[in-house]
Amino acid sequence: MGVAAIEVTGLVKTYQLGDVLVEALKGVDLSIAAGEFLAVMGPSGSGKSTLMNILGCLDRPTSGQYRLDGKEVGDLSRDGRAILRRSRLGFVFQGFNLLSRLSANENVELPMIYDGTPASDRHARALSALSSVGLADRADHLPSQLSGGQQQRVAIARAIVNTPAMILADEPTGNLDSATSEEIMGIFQRLNDERGITLVLVTHEPDIALFAKRVIRFLDGRIVEDRPVVDRSRPPAPRETAG
Amino acid sequence: MNFLSAGKVAFRSLRANKMRSILTMLGMIIGVAAVIIMVAIGAGANQRISAQIASVGSNLLLVVPGSTTSGGLRMGSGGAPSLTMADARAIGKELSSVRATSPTMRSSGPVVYGNQNWSTILQGGAPEFIEMREWAVISGRNFTAQELDASSKVCLLGQTVSDYLFGTEDPVGKIVRIKRSPFTVIGILDRKGQSPQGQDQDDTVILPITTMQKKLSGSAHVGSVGVIMVQAVDADSVKTAEQQVIDLLRQRHRIGQGGADDFSVRNLSEMLALAESATQVMSLLLGGIASVSLLVGGIGIMNIMLVSVTERTREIGIRMAVGARGRDILSQFLIEAVILAITGGAVGILLGSGGAILTSQLAGWTTVISLSAVFLAFGFSAVVGVFFGFYPARKASRMDPIEALRYE
Repeated sequence: MGVAAIEVTGLVKTYQLGDVLVEALKGVDLSIAAGEFLAVMGPSGSGKSTLMNILGCLDRPTSGQYRLDGKEVGDLSRDGRAILRRSRLGFVFQGFNLLSRLSANENVELPMIYDGTPASDRHARALSALSSVGLADRADHLPSQLSGGQQQRVAIARAIVNTPAMILADEPTGNLDSATSEEIMGIFQRLNDERGITLVLVTHEPDIALFAKRVIRFLDGRIVEDRPVVDRSRPPAPRETAG
Repeated sequence: MNFLSAGKVAFRSLRANKMRSILTMLGMIIGVAAVIIMVAIGAGANQRISAQIASVGSNLLLVVPGSTTSGGLRMGSGGAPSLTMADARAIGKELSSVRATSPTMRSSGPVVYGNQNWSTILQGGAPEFIEMREWAVISGRNFTAQELDASSKVCLLGQTVSDYLFGTEDPVGKIVRIKRSPFTVIGILDRKGQSPQGQDQDDTVILPITTMQKKLSGSAHVGSVGVIMVQAVDADSVKTAEQQVIDLLRQRHRIGQGGADDFSVRNLSEMLALAESATQVMSLLLGGIASVSLLVGGIGIMNIMLVSVTERTREIGIRMAVGARGRDILSQFLIEAVILAITGGAVGILLGSGGAILTSQLAGWTTVISLSAVFLAFGFSAVVGVFFGFYPARKASRMDPIEALRYE
């Protein structure tokens, strides 16, 4: 399988909720190889979002190790994690999380604004990222002028624009109908197949998880199941413009 | 993130909330405009005082007769004619720190030309008198030392007198009657305007003091003079000159140790400097009061920025998720606050300058818009922006990205 892109050992995360100490992760060991497409399943509160936040360098583990491409990142500073997020990681959220005042293209430019890419490069790179998700003709539209599926594709373009090593998608199809969900999953599969981008996907829906290559299941802060997907779903042939 | 993109981001979000941004700026606009107007009025008052100081003449001392004790009764200043022409001459000749001196006398009376007459102030002096007052002869000439010695019947007219008696006619060479004696007008004085006490300094006729003593004064003490005007060599020697005059006159008047002076010396520039410092205090006070409104404007900015940060929590979360560092967020909000402050400051400067010009035109006050006040107001508004923008911006930069993304 090659070098493990992600190596997590003994990951523990505890929260102080009032007087109660909540253990969200109780010692998680996980290794994700480069180019893998992993689906994370499990009921609410099982710890999968906590894992995503830590993998996405939005949060730090209470204890345990997190190695990204062989480098320990669990103990990085706030700024260090921010730099890692914009250069190595991409995020896709359930609620799209686009800035409503910015056009599609400007939303995609956002990560490049923070890493100092010159303005001229930014525009061209954002446009090429948008065209790779089939939205080049909507570059000047505001998020409110786009459908849910289109907004999520803008978010995917934003996630890939800095050529990350890994994309973390937190219930990316949660707000979409099934046809659009399949479309989005098709885009993820293509990115994984063609560009070798490592994908980690959190989902509730078993049929969405079937688009991945491997599924893990969480329960009470622990991984209880880890198996490869034998019969992978394939999206229908891509339509050029989806509504 | 470089400064330019940060500025663009900040500018866009301000434009998205136009009404709010304008109202926030209004606080700064009013504050800065108030400072500019108040400082302009204060500086204007100062300038007027300075102009009056210059119009009196520089480095002048006035030696005033008086304070003689006659029969146990102490007369007030000017109460007794204790100064003489000889005193004046001695001051001029013997003292090293005195540049010029002139005995003076004041009286009043009607001046007649043809069928016109005008009651005015008659001032007697030496030829040095008008030069010491920095008063120019614009037409004709000053009287000479020979004319002084000969008690010639010549006179110089102030502008006001010239206007009333002669109108458009040229007075030089004409004969006027002062207290029934004929006098030749030999010169016209330049316009001098109001004195610090508000009197019209141009409403006067100046003649040789000797002529005044002999021909016009009914005084029993021929040879006594009113006030002796003394000009020191320079500003630094005014104090020395004052002491030298006192010593000389005490010696000449044979006043023994412990005896009271029968004259007093007044330092004109000192009195006016006092008035000047009073107006300076006033303008400082005005500026200080106006600065309070600038402070209030700054608090307005802080208030709006705090609201804005809370409102845009989700935006902050998104920006952090895609890789904004704390300092990127900090600079974005800080720049927003500074843009609000300095835009408000710039508009306030324009409005304040306009207001100051309007004040001087409508109310007739002198106002001076100084460049330093403009720069100061602008700089101060930028400082206000940074100061009051920092807390909200820091609050934004310290948000937890996970919490911020979850914010609805």
